[in-house]
Amino acid sequence: MLQNMSRDIHNTRQKKKICKGSIEKHQRKYGYIFALPWIIGILLFYAYPLLSSIYYSFTNYNVISKVSWTGLENYEGLLKDPVFWTSITNTIVYALMSVPTSVLMGISLALLLNIPIKAQGIFRTIFFLPTLVPVVATSIIWQWLLNPQFGIVNFVLSKVGIAGPPWLGSPYWSKPSLVLMAQWAIGNMVIIYLAGLQDISQDYYEAADLDGANWFQKAMCITLPLLSPVIFFNMIMSIINTLQVFTLPYTLTYGTGNPANSLMFYSMYLYNNAFAYMKMGYASAMAWILFIIIITITLFVFRSSTKWVFYQDEN
Amino acid sequence: MKYSTGLVTKIVTYTILILLGILFLFPFLWMFSTALKSDHQMFTYPPIWIPKPMVWKNFADAVTTISFFTFLKNTLIVSILSTIGAIISCPLVAYSLARINWKGRNILFIITIAIMMIPGQVTMVPMFIVFTKLKMVGTFVPLIIPTFFGVPFYIFLMRQFFKQLPKNFEDAARIDGCSEFQIYWRIMLPLCQPAILTIALFQFMSSWSDFLGPLIYLNNEEMYTLQLGLQQFKQAYNTQWNLLMAASILIALPVIILYFFVQRSFIQGISLGGMKG
Repeated sequence: MLQNMSRDIHNTRQKKKICKGSIEKHQRKYGYIFALPWIIGILLFYAYPLLSSIYYSFTNYNVISKVSWTGLENYEGLLKDPVFWTSITNTIVYALMSVPTSVLMGISLALLLNIPIKAQGIFRTIFFLPTLVPVVATSIIWQWLLNPQFGIVNFVLSKVGIAGPPWLGSPYWSKPSLVLMAQWAIGNMVIIYLAGLQDISQDYYEAADLDGANWFQKAMCITLPLLSPVIFFNMIMSIINTLQVFTLPYTLTYGTGNPANSLMFYSMYLYNNAFAYMKMGYASAMAWILFIIIITITLFVFRSSTKWVFYQDEN
Repeated sequence: MKYSTGLVTKIVTYTILILLGILFLFPFLWMFSTALKSDHQMFTYPPIWIPKPMVWKNFADAVTTISFFTFLKNTLIVSILSTIGAIISCPLVAYSLARINWKGRNILFIITIAIMMIPGQVTMVPMFIVFTKLKMVGTFVPLIIPTFFGVPFYIFLMRQFFKQLPKNFEDAARIDGCSEFQIYWRIMLPLCQPAILTIALFQFMSSWSDFLGPLIYLNNEEMYTLQLGLQQFKQAYNTQWNLLMAASILIALPVIILYFFVQRSFIQGISLGGMKG
């Protein structure tokens, strides 16, 4: 009997094995089929453009003429191009002003919006609304608000005895104006911070309460360290986005980058080269330099993250 | 996070939030005020908040000067079709990445993440060259077609969602003799309706607000989307602030109204995308 049983078990095991094997094979086929659109999409819209962009960056091409190989000419040309250097400087200066401001603003707003009070939902909505406004409309609203002569901002400033700057009309104030506009649309980040705050366990705060910690101590020793992965994520995203800033300065200046090229950002100059001057090769070379700059900065931040990003134990 | 919410904390919090809230609402209020002003009232000193009389005709004027309804039609075509593309392709691919065992799916997932890091500027120029050769520049095709092949961020979001469903959920259906496609279509898709709503919303809003795409591919004014139309209007009437504000309100309002209807799935989507990143 024992023998019989063991044979039976052996048989069913084998059957199961065969069955499972065929199901897995069957499944695998569907795995490929379901992923096929995306695999084709990767090849058509990412792999091919990526590779051909490297190729175009070594050529001279205006879409109508034939492609002519020029070697490193585009890259050499860029190094001698003063507008290229202006656009790099502008972009980096803007990122240095904008990223820290938005990280600080984002965290502060999220901390405030996390304090349990009535009307919390209304406040959250108020701070989120501006992110829904299309950028073209944002640029129109702010150009009117910051109008040096008739703008309401300078009127309010004059009431408290400050002579308002010419904002977008001056090369010194144009970038800070842009930072200001970017802060208005900070809502997305705040929501991500709020989600991160919700993930922090109450136990830490209760323990801190027992130890008699005050609000500030709790914020510095519990909230910020435990929020650091989210801060890190938002910071990376914000760096990547600011280095690619395009629509806001483009719509503000119609692609000119005025005053005095102070709003000529990297992506705008790239766009102008490609689609205004039809220098496809030159623009491709610019795109690759941007890609390398972004990768370098991102890797640098990633490496620094081991020093300040604190991951909660998963279990 | 729990604070000892004493009276003082509450008062301080309210004060700061109300002040900041006014600052954030200020542009909206000034936009509405300006949109209702006559040409003369815009430039009075000191500025007035409540226009007298309110010129509601500005909205009608804005609509007629920028051929609003043509642009609206174009924007809706692009937004709706690209949304359909995204909700057909992304859940399917995400399902395959999350729930089906096949060789190479991890590599495909890593590639998907890596693609999100590629700046659009790199692929923009070659894509334009391809669409020029296909004689599709000046049509909506380049703005719509790519979503039918999957959008990396949405695939990522959907994958997270599929992963959360209980393990071996499909096995029961498989024993009942459902085909793989039936499992996906009849069981999995209905379960992830909230996630699909989120990506539909994201895609619709990003198409609605997109400026760079239409700027590259649409060169004929009859094909312009609202964003291009508004930009052109701004360039041509750059001192008619009342009309510009009226037009801006009309273009921002649909998105804001949409947000109030689907607030929850919207917020959840942003949180999920940020947290699991």
